[in-house]
Amino acid sequence: MHSFEPTLPWLIVLLPLLGFALNGLAAFVAPTRKALPALVAPAAVGLAFVIAVVNFLAMRAAPPLAPVIVQGYSWMPVGSLQIDAALQLDQLSMLMTLIVTGVGFLIHVYSVGYMGADPGFARYMAYINLFIFFMLVLVLGSSFPVMFVGWEGVGLCSYLLIGFWFTEKANADAGKKAFIVNRIGDFGFLVAMFMIFANLGALDFATVFAAAPGAFPYAGAVVTTITLFLFLGATGKSAQIPLYIWLPDAMAGPTPVSALIHAATMVTAGVYMVARTSTLFALAPLSMTVVAGIGALTALFAATIGLAQYDIKKVLAYSTVSQLGYMFIGVGVGAFSAGIFHLMTHAFFKALLFLGSGAVIHAMHGALHHTHSKWDAQDMRNMGGLRKHLPITWVVMWIGTLAIAGVWPFAGFFSKDEIIWQAAARAVGPFHTWFTVYWVMALVAAMLTAFYMTRLMIMTFHGVSRLPEAEQQHLHEAPAVMWVPLAILAALSVVGGWFNIPEEIKRIPVLGWLPGSPWVHEWLQPVTRTADAIFGAQVGALSEASPLGGGEVAWAVISFAIAVAVIAIAASMVLRWQYRPALESPEPAGLKRLLWRKWYVDEIYDVLVVRPLVGASRWLWRWVDDAVIDGSVNGLASGSRGLGWLSSRLQTGQLNTYAFAVVVGVILLLAFVVL
Amino acid sequence: MIDIPFFLFVVFAVVAIGGGIGMVSSRNPVASLLFLVVTFFSLAGIYVLLNAQFIAAVQVIVYAGAIMVLFLFVIMLLNLGSDYHADIRRFGWIVAGFVAAGIIGGILSSGLTQPGLLAGGGGGALVDASVRDVGVVGAVAFPLFRDFAVPFEVTSLLLLVAAIGAVLLAKRRV
Amino acid sequence: MVQYSLWLSAVLFALGVLGVVIRRNAIILFMCVELMLNAANLAFVAFSRVVGIDGQVFVFFVMTVAAAEAAVGLAIVISLFRHSESVDTRNFNLLRW
Repeated sequence: MHSFEPTLPWLIVLLPLLGFALNGLAAFVAPTRKALPALVAPAAVGLAFVIAVVNFLAMRAAPPLAPVIVQGYSWMPVGSLQIDAALQLDQLSMLMTLIVTGVGFLIHVYSVGYMGADPGFARYMAYINLFIFFMLVLVLGSSFPVMFVGWEGVGLCSYLLIGFWFTEKANADAGKKAFIVNRIGDFGFLVAMFMIFANLGALDFATVFAAAPGAFPYAGAVVTTITLFLFLGATGKSAQIPLYIWLPDAMAGPTPVSALIHAATMVTAGVYMVARTSTLFALAPLSMTVVAGIGALTALFAATIGLAQYDIKKVLAYSTVSQLGYMFIGVGVGAFSAGIFHLMTHAFFKALLFLGSGAVIHAMHGALHHTHSKWDAQDMRNMGGLRKHLPITWVVMWIGTLAIAGVWPFAGFFSKDEIIWQAAARAVGPFHTWFTVYWVMALVAAMLTAFYMTRLMIMTFHGVSRLPEAEQQHLHEAPAVMWVPLAILAALSVVGGWFNIPEEIKRIPVLGWLPGSPWVHEWLQPVTRTADAIFGAQVGALSEASPLGGGEVAWAVISFAIAVAVIAIAASMVLRWQYRPALESPEPAGLKRLLWRKWYVDEIYDVLVVRPLVGASRWLWRWVDDAVIDGSVNGLASGSRGLGWLSSRLQTGQLNTYAFAVVVGVILLLAFVVL
Repeated sequence: MIDIPFFLFVVFAVVAIGGGIGMVSSRNPVASLLFLVVTFFSLAGIYVLLNAQFIAAVQVIVYAGAIMVLFLFVIMLLNLGSDYHADIRRFGWIVAGFVAAGIIGGILSSGLTQPGLLAGGGGGALVDASVRDVGVVGAVAFPLFRDFAVPFEVTSLLLLVAAIGAVLLAKRRV
Repeated sequence: MVQYSLWLSAVLFALGVLGVVIRRNAIILFMCVELMLNAANLAFVAFSRVVGIDGQVFVFFVMTVAAAEAAVGLAIVISLFRHSESVDTRNFNLLRW
């Protein structure tokens, strides 16, 4: 078996960059022409996907035991530190590349339909191409700085795309919020990088992960601090507590952006980063517990908020935050492949859900536009009974809902249950109480997920339509360029789970009769084996039964049953609730109001963080910038003027004054000579 | 018996200083001028006491006789002698002037009379010797035309230039 | 004698300086300058008792230069007078700031 040779790996990364350049040029030169961007942008990503598939197949034939580094050029040779612009191809980065380029390609195609009528179409295509480029740099980078370049770049593109319709102040503010909150996380990433360099003297993954187990003692303070700072970066990028607040606001951007960036790819960068640095995290069990804990808390917290939101995209946004929490539970308890697997399936069904909601919003927008109505096209209280008008969207969105709720045989069943089971199975060792708590929280959050997703579907597609007749006539299904990607994503949401079926499940009758094997877990073995080894050595073997008893099989069946039951109960409850259109609905009160208002987190942050900062800046501006700095510069200038004016007074033109000046000079001279 | 040269010196000195004060403080330009002439005469007397007779004569002839007469001509020409309006500056300047003058006087008197400067006192004897040899005029003339010949010629050039300059400056139309 | 002459020279020079600072009449200003020159001459002559005949020779030159300077200076004063009808230095201030 010969070794893995990458094929044109740089083209994977550079094709989207080329697309950005061409589309950007088009945006400047001929912004109203749609043909070039509509062709170039998806083609660039599509070609990158094809090359990625070629490399993936080659890698499958000859799986490398160590990452294959593709050298670019020497970027920063500084003293003893050598940072290269290089790509790292291994199982994890290959998997991520496939997800990014594959789902990205589908969303590009969808965008051609969704944003086709927008005047900024070329600019939009340029931005999402740039985003794909940076995301690929992030997942394919071979060292922390290169990953950080991608990290920052996707943050930039997120800002550009959230604030795409920047003429509305709310959209521009949302973009700013995303960028600023991300930067707070990036500070954590940077501090971690500095500490890694200070302790290990290198920043490329190969050297760091080889040296870390020897250099850092298990559960030592240094490695715990490093990993906690890394996780701070992850909370910013992946929208966990305390830095998730930007993601719901990011729904101000176009829906394909929400699908691509805030569901499938950018927000998963934090999960990828934790999986990539699994060696470091495995050395710091406290950090792992923190990661899993924040993940569990976020999963539960966001799910509660999602229960009471009326904007269809906001429900999906909080759902994303919650599902990201699941991924962090996965990597936090040490099941790195489970976390990445959920990342993969989540990319499929969340992108599907977002794009489907995009089709709904597209239809609602078109209908409301016809009658110049002021109704909000995204508010679910204005929808209802849409399945008559948008049948394809209805079907695919139900597939997505079943997937996310964890119903067999759809994708979420396997990925979410894997995580929940791992949380239970790894409740061994010093932190087992915490892990038990996380397991329970994950179960509750799963129930809430099923509930709010069903609520979304019922409110939108079922029941009586709350739109007036005039608008209903103009509702129409999405064009082919939009529903074909939806169909593909729906198919992936069905079969996506079959890529990682655990051995135990396969033995269950009926439920286990699926093609598939624990492929993802085995595929990622070379990447996670160091972390797994540390875990096995320090903590011990996994438990066979959950803390409440019962094995993997039992709990798989139980969660399936719970999911179905919750969906049924939710459907009957929501169908009975009478909704009025948004403008006529009263505001919620009591507990529902607390959830609808997102637990007032934004308001709390405003008082605790934003106002003091703004006040401090104002004080600094007035007293340091204006008074001291400007004052000293202006003071120097006026001082010079004054000095000059004083000196000019010597030029009186009076003979006697000049004579006196001569006398003074004579005195000085005499004094110098004589004395 | 009183030292006659010293007594004469004191007299001349007092007259010189008195003339100076008078010149500085007088309102009438002509009176000012005459006070200055008095000062010059007493200075000439002091020169004689210092055994510089030729210089004393030149002082009287050139300074008091030519330069001051020139000044007088100009005063009369410009008809300044008749009105006596005050032309002393403001009080602040007077104070400044006294201060400056006092400082200069102090520096000079302490600096000029340093023992180091007055130590080698042999020059006077040489002067007396050459006066006895070639006379008062010769004592000055021989060094003037031998050792200081170049400055002498340059000075004559200077006088020429000054004469031309004075004519040019005072012309009504150039 | 030499020492007293030098003191007298200093005093006369100081008087001249005083006059230059105080007086506004251009011609009297000039005369004060002549007084200062004479004070210097006195110092030279006094020092010729110490140094030699060179002091007196130098006095000769000083007087010559003083004569030249007086001629030129008075010519200037005359043309100034023609311009502004007075010799008050307050009026000669075209070069002020």
